[in-house]
Amino acid sequence: MFQIQVSTSINGDDTEFSCEADETLLDVLRDRLGMTGSKEGCGTGDCGACSVVVDGRLVCSCLMLGAEAQGREIETIEGMADGTELHPLQQKFLDHAALQCGVCTPGFLVAAKSLLERNDDPTEEEVRYWLAGNLCRCTGYDKIVRAVLDTAKDMRKPAKTKKPAAKKRVKA
Amino acid sequence: MNFQPGKDTLKRNFKTVGTRTPRPDGLDKITGRAQFGADMTAPGMLWGLILRSPHAHARIRKIDTSKAEAVNGVHAVVTAADFGPCPDGVLDVRENIMAREKALYDGHAVAAVAATSRAAAKQALKLIKVDYEVLPHVTDVDEAMKPSAPVINNKLFTKGLDKTPRKPSNVAERFEFGHGDVEAGLKQADLVIERTFKTEATHQGYIEPHACLASMGSDGKGDIWCCTQGHFMVRQVCSALLGMDASALRVTASEIGGGFGGKTTVFIEPVALALSLKSNRPVKVVMSRSEVLRASGPTSSTSIDIKIGMNKDGTITAGDATLRYQGGAFPGSAVPYGAMAAFACYDLKAVRAVGYDVIANRPKQAAYRAPGAPMAAYAVESVVDELCKELDLDPLDVRLKNASSDGSKASYGPNFDVIGLRATLEAARAHPHYKAKLGRNQGRGVACGFWFNFGGETSVSLNVSADGTIGLSVGTPDIGGSRASIGNMAAEELGVPHDKVRCIIADTASLGYNDVTDGSRVTFASGLAAINAARDAIGKMCERAAGIWGIPVEAVTWEDGAARPSSPNAGKHEPLTLADIAAQAGATGGPISGHCEINAEGAGVSFATHLVDTEVDPETGYVKVLRYTVFQDAGKAVHPSYVEGQFQGGAVQGIGWALNEEYIYGKDGTLQNAGFLDYRIPVASDLPMIDAVIVEVPNPGHPYGVRGVGETSIVPPLAAISNSVSDAAGVRMTQLPMSPPRVLKALGRI
Amino acid sequence: MVKVQVWGSLKPALEGADEIELEAASIREVLDQLSDTYPAMKQAIMRGVSVSVDGRMYANAIMVPLKPDSEVFVLPKLVGG
Ligand code: FES
Ligand code: FES
Repeated sequence: MFQIQVSTSINGDDTEFSCEADETLLDVLRDRLGMTGSKEGCGTGDCGACSVVVDGRLVCSCLMLGAEAQGREIETIEGMADGTELHPLQQKFLDHAALQCGVCTPGFLVAAKSLLERNDDPTEEEVRYWLAGNLCRCTGYDKIVRAVLDTAKDMRKPAKTKKPAAKKRVKA
Repeated sequence: MNFQPGKDTLKRNFKTVGTRTPRPDGLDKITGRAQFGADMTAPGMLWGLILRSPHAHARIRKIDTSKAEAVNGVHAVVTAADFGPCPDGVLDVRENIMAREKALYDGHAVAAVAATSRAAAKQALKLIKVDYEVLPHVTDVDEAMKPSAPVINNKLFTKGLDKTPRKPSNVAERFEFGHGDVEAGLKQADLVIERTFKTEATHQGYIEPHACLASMGSDGKGDIWCCTQGHFMVRQVCSALLGMDASALRVTASEIGGGFGGKTTVFIEPVALALSLKSNRPVKVVMSRSEVLRASGPTSSTSIDIKIGMNKDGTITAGDATLRYQGGAFPGSAVPYGAMAAFACYDLKAVRAVGYDVIANRPKQAAYRAPGAPMAAYAVESVVDELCKELDLDPLDVRLKNASSDGSKASYGPNFDVIGLRATLEAARAHPHYKAKLGRNQGRGVACGFWFNFGGETSVSLNVSADGTIGLSVGTPDIGGSRASIGNMAAEELGVPHDKVRCIIADTASLGYNDVTDGSRVTFASGLAAINAARDAIGKMCERAAGIWGIPVEAVTWEDGAARPSSPNAGKHEPLTLADIAAQAGATGGPISGHCEINAEGAGVSFATHLVDTEVDPETGYVKVLRYTVFQDAGKAVHPSYVEGQFQGGAVQGIGWALNEEYIYGKDGTLQNAGFLDYRIPVASDLPMIDAVIVEVPNPGHPYGVRGVGETSIVPPLAAISNSVSDAAGVRMTQLPMSPPRVLKALGRI
Repeated sequence: MVKVQVWGSLKPALEGADEIELEAASIREVLDQLSDTYPAMKQAIMRGVSVSVDGRMYANAIMVPLKPDSEVFVLPKLVGG
C-alpha cells in the first residue's frame, strides 16, 4: 500500500517514519516507533490515555493522523523526565500514590503538565475540569487531583524568582 | 515456622508495615516504560482480529472463510471448528470464546484471522461470510424468566428445585439461604416494608482493553504474554482448550491496566493461541473498547424483591429477599453471593434469601468487585433506610442495634469470627461528616456492605542474594500496588529496609501454582506466603549462623535483621546480619532461599459503612455528589496509601453504577452504547474528594491481622447514594442508575 | 460429633434434616460421608463447594482437621472479583 513519508520531532529528536494514510499518530508511536508509553484505552478520544502534546497543544493521539505530524513538535510521556531527573509531577504522583494500575498515568501526567504550563495556580475545580478528558477507573481521582495541586504549589515557589522554562513554549 | 491461626500471636510493633513506602513499579509507570498487555511485540508477529455476531441470538448455518484466507498477508483463519473436545469444566468458556451452533449475544465471537498487518486482517474479516438464521432473543431478566420467553439453551433445566422441571427454561438454578421462621418474624413487626428494585448491568471499565501475544511452535510448546488477573488460570484454561500439556504453555503476566474481576477469565488468549498454532507465527490480539463492552464480561442486571419487618425500637424482626440476576448467555451469575451477602450486616433471628440464576442474550457476566453483593446490598439497605425514615429512627443507631458482631450467626449460615462492622459504624457516627448541615435539595445517605474475602492456593519464592538483598517472586498479578505491600511484609519479617526487597510477578514456569488475583486475596494470601517464606529463609540463616558459631541452632534467634545467640549461655558472638550471612552463603552450604506453598485459608471477612451527601437539581434531575466518606475495616493496613486507594476507587465505581453507568440494549437486542462516550464512567469533574477512614480490627487468621480490602468498598455506595438521593428528593428511588430522566420521573416532573 | 449444616437449597438433599451430626476428623471425611449417604449431595459436592469450619471459610481445602464439636457449614463455591 502507498505510504506517506513523515519528518517530525519527537521529544526533541528528529524522527522520520512512513505510515499509511489512515494510520493514527498513536499507532505510529506505538507500533512503528516502539514508543508504547502512550496507551490506547478507547481509540475514540474518550479516555485520554493516549494524550500527547503537539506544538504546545494537548491532543488525543488516537484522533490525529500520523501523517499530520509532519513538521511538528511532539511531546510524549517518554520525554517528560529530563534524563534521570523526574518532572515534579512524576515525583508527586509517586509520593501521593496517585496511581494504582498505572495505565492511565502517562495520559494524566501529559495532560496535567499541559495544565500547569497554562495555569500555575489552578483551583481544585480547574484541575478536575481540565482532567475530565482523562479516565481513571482505579483511583477515584482523589490522589491524582491532590498530586497535581501539590505539584502546582511546589512549582510556584521557585517561580517567584525565575519563570519556569516550559512556559515560554506555550502560545496557544 | 508457618503461621498458625489461633496459635501464633499477632505482631504489633511494625517498622515497615503500615508506612507509605514508594512502590517498586512506580518509576516504570510514570515514565511510560511499564509494559502492559498491548505493549509487547515479537519478531514475525501477526495481527489477530475477531469477527463478532451482529445479532443477539442467531443460529450459525455456515461460515465461509475461503475469501478471507485468500487475502494477501493472511496466514490463519479460525472458527469454533478449530477448538476440539475439551474437559467439561471449560466447556462454557470454549462456547463463549467462539460461537459454535448459535451466536448467543451481540458481540459473540464467530471467527478470527491473523495477518501481517492490521489492514489486511480487517479486510479479511469483511470477507468472511456467515450465514445466520436470526432467532428471537431476550435481554431483560424478568422477561427471560417468563414461560413465554425464547428458550436460549434447550438443555437447561432449573437446578435447585424440589423436582427438576420437565421443560427447559432460562432459569439455571435456584439458591436459598437463611434460618428461622421468616413469616412469624414479619408478623411480629410494627412495620413491614416491601419493595422491588431493578439495577442495570455495568462493566468493570478497566482502562486497558484485553490484550495478548501468543506464540505456539510446531513442537507443541507455547508462550502467552497477556494482561490477566491470573496467568496460572490462563495456562490451565488455554492448555485445556487446545489439548496441550499445561507445562508446555508458559504464561507471563504483563502489567495489568485494571481488572476488578473482569480479567479473571479468558476471551482472546485461546483464540490468539489457535491462530498462532495454525500460522506458526506469534500472534497479537488486542480488543477495541467496543469489543470490551460487547464481548467481555459485565455484571448481571438484576431485579430484586425485599421485605423487612422492624419494631418501633428499631429491632429488625425478619428479612426476606428474592433476587433475580441474569448472567448473560451462560449459567453462573453471581446471584448466590448476592443472596449470601444481602443480609450479612445484620444479626437476624429470621432471614431468607432466594436467588435465581437466569440466562439471557447478553455477554457472559464476569466477576466485578464483590460479585453480586452491591445490588443485593442496594436493595436491602434501601428498605432499611425507608423503615428508619418511617419510624423516625437514626439510620446508624438502627444499624448498630442490629449489626452482626463477633460470633453472631451470619445470614448465610456460619458464625462470624472477629469482625469490624460495629467499629465502622461507630467511626461513622463520631465523624464530623455525620453532623454537617445540609442545604436545600440536599440529602444524606448511609449504607453498609460486606464481602467474604478469600485466601486460596499460593506459592512464593524468596531468594537471598549474596549482597544481602532479596528477590521475592510471587504469582499473583499486581492490580493495585500489591507488590509494595507484599515486599513490605517480607521486609518486616526479615528485619531489612523495604528497598532491599524487590518483588516481582513470576511467570508460570518459574513458580508453583497460584490462584487468580481475586476475592481481595492477594495482600492477604501472597502476604501470608511471603511472611512464611521469609520465616523459612530465617530458619536457614539461623542454621548457618549456628554453624559459623559452632552452637546448636536452637540457641540462635533472629531479631532486627540479624542472627543472635538466644541467651548468654549460648556464648558471646557478635550478631550476624542478613548481609553477613548472605555473603558467606556459598561457603556455608550454598544459596539461601525461602519458600512457601500453601492453600492460604483464614481470610477475614470485611465490612464497610459509607456516608454520602448529594444534591438533586429539581429542574434537570442531575445528581451531584457533594461529600463522600468511606469507613472500612482493613484488619491491618499494610500500605495505607493503597488501602485508601482501594476505598476511594471502589466508592467511585459505585457512584458510577448508582448514577450513570448502564448497558442499554435496543429492541433488536444489540448493545447501543459500546463506547466510553455513551457508557459514561465517572470523570474527575463529577466528583468531590473521597475521604477514606481506615478502621483496623485485626484478622486473627493472619500474622499481622491483614484483611482483604479490595472489594467491600463497592458494596455500600449504590445504596448509600440512593438513600441520599431519596432523602434529597423526598421520594424513594428504586431503580439504578439514577440518571437525570429517572430522577425527574421520580419527582413527577416528566 | 461434628455438626453439619448445608445451605438452603440443599436442605431437601438432606431429606429434610436441618442439621446432621457426623463422626468426622476432616472436611474430606464430612464431604465423603455426605456424598455416600445422600445421592443429591454428591452432585453438588462434585460441582464444587466452599466449607466454613467454626466460622472460618475454606474455599478449596479438604484436609482441614476438625474438632469433635466443630460446626461445619457447606456453601456454594465462592468466586471474587
Ligand atoms: S485512546 Fe485516545 S482518547 Fe482513548
Ligand atoms: S490507575 Fe488504573 S486507570 Fe488510573
